[in-house]
Parts: sequence; structure tokens; C-alpha cells
Amino acid sequence: MNQQAPSSAAGLPVNLAANPKLSSWLKFSADGEVTVSPGKVEIGQGIVTALAQIAADELDVEISRVRMVRASTAMSPNEGVTSGSLSIQQSGRALRHACAEARHIFLTAASDRLGVAADALSIQDGTISGPGNVTTSYWELADDVVLDRDATAAVMPKPVAQRTLAGRSTQRLDIPDKVFSCPRFIHDQVLPGMLHGRVMRPDTARAKLLELKEDGARAIAGVVAIARDGSFTGVVGETEHCVEAALKALQKGATWSQAETLPDENDLASFLKAEPSEPVVIDERAASMPRVKSRTIARQYSRPYLAHASIAPSCAIAQWDADKVRVWTHSQGVYLLRADLALVLKLPIENITVEHMEGAGCYGHNAADDVALDAVLLARAVPGRPVRVQWSRQDEMTQAPFGAAMVIEIEADLDAAGEVVDWRHSVWSNGHAARPGRAAQPALLAAFELEKPFPRMISSNPPQANGGGADRNAIPLYDFPAWRIASHRLLTMPVRTSALRTLGAHGNVFAIESFLDEIAAGRNEDPVAFRLRHLRDERARDVIRSAATRAGWKPERRPGVGHGIGFARYKNTGAYCAAIAEVEGDQDIRVMKLTLAADVGEAINPDGVANQIEGGAIQAVSWALKERVRFDQQRITSASWSDYPILRFSEVPDVEVEVIQRSDLDPVGAGEAAHGPVTAAIANAVFDCLGLRIRNLPITRDSLIAAMELNK
Amino acid sequence: MPSIRFRLNGVDTNVDADPDRSLLDVLRGSLAVTGAHFGCGAGECGACNVLIGDRAIASCDTPLWSVAGKDVTTLEGLGTAKRPHPLQRAFIAEQALQCGYCVSGILISAAALLKRNPSPSSSEVKEALDGNLCRCGSHNRMVRAVLRAAAEMAAG
Repeated sequence: MNQQAPSSAAGLPVNLAANPKLSSWLKFSADGEVTVSPGKVEIGQGIVTALAQIAADELDVEISRVRMVRASTAMSPNEGVTSGSLSIQQSGRALRHACAEARHIFLTAASDRLGVAADALSIQDGTISGPGNVTTSYWELADDVVLDRDATAAVMPKPVAQRTLAGRSTQRLDIPDKVFSCPRFIHDQVLPGMLHGRVMRPDTARAKLLELKEDGARAIAGVVAIARDGSFTGVVGETEHCVEAALKALQKGATWSQAETLPDENDLASFLKAEPSEPVVIDERAASMPRVKSRTIARQYSRPYLAHASIAPSCAIAQWDADKVRVWTHSQGVYLLRADLALVLKLPIENITVEHMEGAGCYGHNAADDVALDAVLLARAVPGRPVRVQWSRQDEMTQAPFGAAMVIEIEADLDAAGEVVDWRHSVWSNGHAARPGRAAQPALLAAFELEKPFPRMISSNPPQANGGGADRNAIPLYDFPAWRIASHRLLTMPVRTSALRTLGAHGNVFAIESFLDEIAAGRNEDPVAFRLRHLRDERARDVIRSAATRAGWKPERRPGVGHGIGFARYKNTGAYCAAIAEVEGDQDIRVMKLTLAADVGEAINPDGVANQIEGGAIQAVSWALKERVRFDQQRITSASWSDYPILRFSEVPDVEVEVIQRSDLDPVGAGEAAHGPVTAAIANAVFDCLGLRIRNLPITRDSLIAAMELNK
Repeated sequence: MPSIRFRLNGVDTNVDADPDRSLLDVLRGSLAVTGAHFGCGAGECGACNVLIGDRAIASCDTPLWSVAGKDVTTLEGLGTAKRPHPLQRAFIAEQALQCGYCVSGILISAAALLKRNPSPSSSEVKEALDGNLCRCGSHNRMVRAVLRAAAEMAAG
């Protein structure tokens, strides 16, 4: 049983077929190192370590000999964007094949040199030996073996049983640097001659700069240049201190046009349903033998706009050399960013080099790409000098794209026994993707602010075949006889949205799993039993059973305490995850404990998978209980940590994670599996505890009161 | 420009700067010590925490003049790969982070806690770290790491 990720026609993994030259993936050096250069990037998820494990395993070298190189358009394979929990299945598979083929090429070369048949040779930590104590090594052969050749599909990777590293928990390669403060973050990079930059952004939505007095800023010691192009304005100077002061002076001297009007934050559902939208039927299923419905129930769910709210404000460095520019960025896609920069600068892509450098945790399309263009535009004012630009906390919270608000309506026709005979799910939302590098127009903030502006991009949704956007996880995994799933993508976008962890899956899973709980309760059926009865996929049933067993489902009733379950298979094709929440509640809700089970296929680094599931679960608690982008008619008002609180240490529940290891199945990503199930589990536990169905996120004291009012 | 003297990671340090400038700005700027990270600039996230004496303080809203004559410790001063602080060892052992941007401030808050309370309970650790934000959800691993370091230090 081997469920394969998609392969190209030639039998190569897709990312290897697209980047077939072996030397673009790995190189051996005479001094005993192998350099591995994936196109995917570290965004705090531990991918670099998992890929190093795969390479070491396939090549038979100690992991300490593997040197992982950061992605750069100068040399790395183009693996698109590091997103969608696809890195392990795309990059991991390509790298495994590339390493297997390289190993084979080296064995052939060793066989020639040693005069021993290749199949009589074995490799241990890079040393190749054969009968009669003859030995050579990757390192001895490195200069003679040519990897500047295209991969073929002729060599297959090792069978699972022969892997020694993949599947075992391995300490992450990047962690020591981070606890010993050895600079890895772009924020900590200092380049020779580096200057600093800040960009002035309007406080109110999409206001245009009408007039600017620059004198105050120019008078500040250390200011080197002020760059203005339309509404885009920035300052470059010798120190962060002086550019901060100059920015304040610029803000004082700026006159802005009136803001565009923002929707009513307290009635997002009406706004989302009233805006012009593009309707699409995502999926339809007709019952072979229609059953008689006895009644219909309908419920509406919503989630607000959510901020990425990374702990670090976005940062980038750029340096021009004549008509060429080099950019250092924590973007999720160096090639995609390069494509957008080329559009804005009207330069051939060859003139632009984009290199990855780590930033703080990245949960989707945040301001990393925006600040890269900011740095490029400011650095153009000081040719030859690198310019480091860092956003303010306020800009990070107000100018970066948000996860889109959603409203979801589900109707179910039930038969006399309360069983679902038809299911209709409709979602209204802005698109969940406006990433750079994918359109004929750029997606970068400054591009919309220039004297000759590019049109503001309206977010779209990836097709369902790629996991969908607003409709991600909208198709139920349950065996209902009939359904119709529809998505309405807004054609206006007053609040900027793009990809945030899970895209629409968070909202859809919350809605489906909440509704399901209500239907089960209506039948007086246990919600775990109800789900198991409607799932045919054994892996789905296993995660639910594992989480339920581990949580002692269903724990005895205690006053003020409730338990709930949520389940999903991310994108309906990725990781399976079931979550059980224990909450305490009266006026406020506290999540006390989460018990999760996850199945990601082969878990390359099981502790890394557990870390991702646990982190996703805790972030989901924060989303579910606390988070909501705030705005009035003119401006985003949640501009600081006080206005956009996230979960604190004292509020974090105990989290237990069971990773179900399936070594014989292709690995999938873990980072987005927990959000939907955990959110639903909390909402269902709130019902168990208080008898209140909360259908609008976040679950706060106010939403509890509103639900109580509704119950009356 | 007045000169301010303090001890940074055990070394006598002299800074000629406007005394009202933030300590973080001076550390990351002219002193080129990057252990303390900028997060919000308003003392709300803890990413820039440093030890001043034995207390964990947000360096972004601490004026330079206020550290005159004092001991300032950043993550660099806590320990090194060759001579790690038990907290640094424990954070590696527990794999207690994801992106790690917040961790420099969290190690500092934890170090301050262990100085005043060498054997904290789990809830005391959470309370001590409550002013530090982590967005990746590594909280529980971090709490376990602090308890592990405390146990190791108690065992001598």
C-alpha cells in the first residue's frame, strides 16, 4: 500500500521534473560535506531538518555532514512557495529521488575506481567499501563525479525498511543557533555599509498622500535620502534611531486624502453577503435513492478577519549595483517575489537576485514580500549601499494582508430519525490568496501606492484540485447521501486579505463540525459515535478513536466543565487530525486541555510533527477565544498587542498529541491540520458546558451573552 | 554627548549617546549585540527582554540613563554553545521553540525567575513568562524546558 504524491509523466517527482539538474539539489565536497539546496524555506516549521534527515538517509551519511543552504534565485531549484503544508511531500520526495540517483552515480564511479561490481559495494557515512577492504568515499570521488546532469527515473529510493533516520525524532538543526543568539534572523544581519530605512504608511485606509513637507525629516542628523514616488514615501539613514525620528517628522508633514470606507465590524455577515460576488458550485452529489426529509435545519457561522501577528515585524535588505538588485527576504517564495519585483521595476528577472533568510514564524502571506519591495525602492536612492527596512508593529498589524473573514451557511434536510438526507453548504468570503508571482500584476503593497500605481489585487481562491481557498474543507468527509457545496468570492476588497494558515479550512471545519454536533445532539447520539458511523476512511476513524481513547471519552460530567470533539482531514487530501477539548466556563471560557491525534502518513521527524500539531492547536485556541481584527469606518484599529491580544502563557491549555506513524504512506505536512478541529472542539465543548451554541468567532464573554439572548 | 557606563554581559561598557534613547536601540545599534529582538517597541511582547541586575526588563522602553552603573545581561551573556546555561541546554533538549524569535526574551525571563525562585512550579513558570508572547504555540515545551533546567540546577 503506497499512496504516491503526484509524479510527472517521466516518473519523477513533480519538483524534480521541474528542476531536473541533480547539482541544483546537492553537491559533495572533498572535505567531507554534502551541501543540500532545497527550494523550500525554513519558516519556523522545521522543514530544513526534515529534509536533511531525508538526504542523510538516502545517501548513507551522518546528518552532521549535511549542510543545508538557504534558497536563492541564484542557484536553488525553483520550488514555488513554501505553503499549503506541501514541503515534505513535494520537496522531500524530489530530494529523496535526487539523492538516490546521486548515490547510484557515486556507486558506479566507485565501482570503476575499485574494480568491484557496484552491487558488492556498501556505503557507511559516505565511505564506500567493498570486498577485500577496498574503500573510497563520496569525498574522494567528489571532484570526478559530475552531478551536472538531469535526473532520470531509473533509480528508486530505498525501501522504507532500509531508512534509518527518517521516521525518528531528530533535534532540529537551527535550534542551537537560536538559543545561543548566533544570528540567523534577517533582523540580525549587518552588511558592510548597511543603511536603514523606514516607510511612511497612511493611518487611514488607502488614503493618498496629497502633500508632504520634508524639511523636518531632512534636518535630522544621519538622514541620507528621502524617497517618494506617489504616495509611497520612505527615508534612508545611517541608523535605525535616525530613520525612526525622520519618519515621525515626515508623518507630521504629511497631508492625506480621505480614507476609503471600511465595512461595519459588528455586522460582517451582512457585508459579506451583500457585496458583489462570484458564485461557484464546488461539488454536488445526488442521492441514488432519495430519502424522505421530515424537516430542514439551517445555521449560520462566521469568523472575523485574522491577523498574522508574527512576533517580529517584517524586514528585508536590498542593494543595487547599477541596474541589478540583490534582495534578502523572509518571503515564502524567492522566485515568486522576484517575478513581482520584475513587474514593478520593469527589469528582466535576470537582474534581480532574491535570497531567503529566516524571519520570525510565518503563518502565510504576511508582509515579508511587501517589505522586500519597500527595501528595493528605498535602496534605489542610495546605489551600492545595502538598505535594511523594518516595518513598525503598527504597520505589521494594520497593513499586512489578513486572513479573510467568512460567513458560512449550512442547511441540512433530516429524515424522521434525524439523519442527514441532504446537506447544503455555502460560504461567502473574500478570496484567500493574493500571493506574489502568480499574476500579470504585482501583489506588493508599495506597487499600489506609486505615482503610476498598479491596480490593487483582489484576492482569488486556488482551485479545489489544489485544496481550494474559501472552499477549503467545505466538502464534508461524511457519507451524507446528497450535498451541494457553493462558494461566493467577493469581487470587492475593502480589507486586504490573502493566505493565512489553513485558508478557508478553519472556518469551514468549525462550521461543519459544530453543525454535526448539533445534529448528533438532536438524535441523542454521542458525537464521537455519530462521526464514526458516518466515516468510511479507516485513517479518519483511527485518529478519532485514538484521540477519544486518550481523552477517556467521554469523561464524566462535572459542573462548569465541558468536552467537545472536532475532526478534519486537511484539504481532504492531507493530514488527518482529531481534537478533543476540555473547557471550563461560566462568564468566560478557559480551555484546560486538548487531546489530539494526527496521521501525516510517514512522519519523517515525529517530534517535529508533534511540535507543529501542538503549535497549531495552541494558535487555534488563540484564534478561537481572542482574535479579531478591529476597525472603524476609516482605519484598522487593532494596531498593537493591546488591541489585538493573543493567547498568553497563563491561558495555554495542556496539549497532548499522538502521532500515528504510517511509514508505508507518503508524508504530508502537519502545520495546518489542527486549527479547524481544535476550534470546533472548543465550540462543541462550550455547548457541552453551558448549553450555548456559539456560531460566531471568537468565543468571548460578549458572544456568550449574545448566544444567551438568542436562547431566550 | 554624555557618556553612560554600565556592565554589559560582564564587560565594562561606555556609550556616548542621548541618555533618553532606548537601551534596545543602543544594544542593537552602536553596540551590535543582537540577542535582544525588536518586537513591538512598546514593552508589550517581551522579545527584547534583558536582565538588568536580576530582573527581566523590556529594553525597548528602558531609557539608556536608567542602566548607568548597572549590570545588563542579554542572551549572549547567559551562556554560549561551549558553556551553555542550563536553560539553553534544556531548550535544546525539549526542542522548545519553532521559529525562535521570541526565545531570547523568554530565556531571559526564565533566567530571572530561576534567580528568585530556583524551584518554581509549572504555574509559577507560566506566570513569570506571561509578559512574553509566543505566536508559534511552543508555550508548553518552554515551560517544560524551564522546569528541566531548574531540576538540573538543583541537582548541581
